[in-house]
Formats: sequence, C-alpha cells, structure tokens
Amino acid sequence: MSDIADRVKKIVVEHLGVDEDKVAESASFIDDLGADSLDTVELVMAFEEEFGIEIPDDAAETIQTVGDAVTFIKGAV
Amino acid sequence: MFDLTGKNALVTGASGGIGGAIAEALHAAGATVALSGTREAPLQDLAVKLGERAHVVPANLADADAVAALPKVAADAMGSVDILINNAGITRDNLFMRMSDEEWSQVLDVNLTSVFQLSRAVLRGMMKARWGRIVNITSVVGATGNPGQGNYAAAKAGLVGMSKSLAYEVASRGITVNCVAPGFIETAMTDKLNDDQKSKILGQIPAGRMGQPAEIAAAVTYLASAEAGYVTGATLHVNGGMAMV
Repeated sequence: MSDIADRVKKIVVEHLGVDEDKVAESASFIDDLGADSLDTVELVMAFEEEFGIEIPDDAAETIQTVGDAVTFIKGAV
Repeated sequence: MFDLTGKNALVTGASGGIGGAIAEALHAAGATVALSGTREAPLQDLAVKLGERAHVVPANLADADAVAALPKVAADAMGSVDILINNAGITRDNLFMRMSDEEWSQVLDVNLTSVFQLSRAVLRGMMKARWGRIVNITSVVGATGNPGQGNYAAAKAGLVGMSKSLAYEVASRGITVNCVAPGFIETAMTDKLNDDQKSKILGQIPAGRMGQPAEIAAAVTYLASAEAGYVTGATLHVNGGMAMV
C-alpha cells in the first residue's frame, strides 16, 4: 500500500473507530463503515489538513469509498 | 458562577447596549472576547474598560466581504472561536404595505443571512475541538409578531428555525446552538420612546419594568457555559413575562 493509502486508512480508523482490516479500498464510508453524513464532512476536513489540499464540495460528493479518497488525493497532492 | 476561562468568544454588535453587556459578562466569567461592531470607537472604549483578553474586530455585517473575513480575523486574534454570540441586528421598520424590497432585504441580510454565514465559518474549529457554543439573540417579536416589523420578526423567527436545524446536526459533536429572546430592554434604542409609548409597553409586562442588558447577558453566559451542555435548540425568553411562549 502506498504512503497516501496508509495515511488515509489511519485517519478513517481514528475518526470512525472501526477495525483496520475493515478499511478496504472498496469500503464505503456510509454503507460499510457506519459513517453518517456529518462524519463524511469531517473526514474530508481531516484529509484536507493531513495532505494540505482543498477538496471542493462537488469533488467531496464523489468520494464515497476509501479508494475514492486515495485516488482523489493522489491526483491533488 | 460560570467559568469560561480559556474560552474564546466572538460577540457581534458589541458596540450596542445588549452586545456590550454580553461581552462584559463573558469576559467577567473568564473568556477572551473579540468585540465586533460597525462603530470602532465604542468598541475601543469597551476593550480599554475590559483590559486584557479583549480584542477589537470591527465589521459591517451588511457587507458580504466583511462577513466572510470576520471569523478568520477573530480566530487570528484569539487563537480560536469557541463561542459565537450573534447579537448584531438592525431595524428598518415600516408598515407591511409600505415596506420596500430594500428594507426587507437589508434586515434579512444582517439579521439572518450573516448569522448563517458566521456560524458556518466557525463550525469547522468547533467540530475539531468537539466543543462549541452558538447563541443567537432573537427577540420576543419573533414569537409574537409586531406591527411595522414584518422584516425584523421574519428574520428573528428565521433564526429560531435555523438554530434548531443546526442544533440537530452538531449535537453529537459537543456543540450547542440556542437562542436568547429579549423583550423590552433599556438601551439607547428604547430610550428614544416617549413616555406615552413607554407606559403602554410597561402595561404589557407583568414584571412592570423594562429589562436590563445585564439580564440578557446572564442568560447568554449560562448558555455559553459548560453547565448548559445538555441544552440545545432552545430559546430562552427573557422578557419579564411579556410573552410566555
């Protein structure tokens, strides 16, 4: 796993309080990891800070899974 | 009574009677305060009176750029905004049939839209801190209506619905959102009333007197405190019994 994927995973584990092995690339924040809509806003905020990037609202809406987040961040950093 | 030591509070409309009293009360409870308002001189006077832990951050909330800049200016001055008191408000009274679109939108912009924008801006820091207090100053007329104040009453009632909706969204993050609704309070605004108007008003108030700005400030201080952590989405009416809603 790349460094970015590891950092994303760590944020998700910390924020949602889920087991690390559940945080697969295909895992949906809401359907698989139990996030509510406010959690997803907070995750986006945490990604922005961790990676020093801006994630606009329309892009944030497309980030549904752990893999989506990694892909977006790879393209943005 | 309530200890706000270490908390940073932004108070809008702090150049007015009620806003100034709120800032004084929060400061006396130990908070650091950022005083906002359109008139810089009274803000400076108040900051001098308070001494340490007081910052002046002038802003005209009718100006969208100023609204956008204020949360950052306040956070830069104090380190964070833990407590937001949306107290600033204007009136443009007119009979409904004579009210212009401009009178309507000026009041809605300053009294409702700027509160939405300021609250949205400070939420990020509050969410991270897992602690925050937003107190919106509404008015008895938001609950009762008042002839000549269709715009003002709409904005104040709007604040109540907005506060409740936001309170739902952020309650699980340790952030509370409440309203304080003053009745008739002795300020420069009510000093302008003549004796006839005053006696008419007093006839509607079971307490038989107007309220003091410090009595609004006490309600705000409570809602800003740790002790009020389980109170959210509420409106605390401070009106001498004028409207028991």
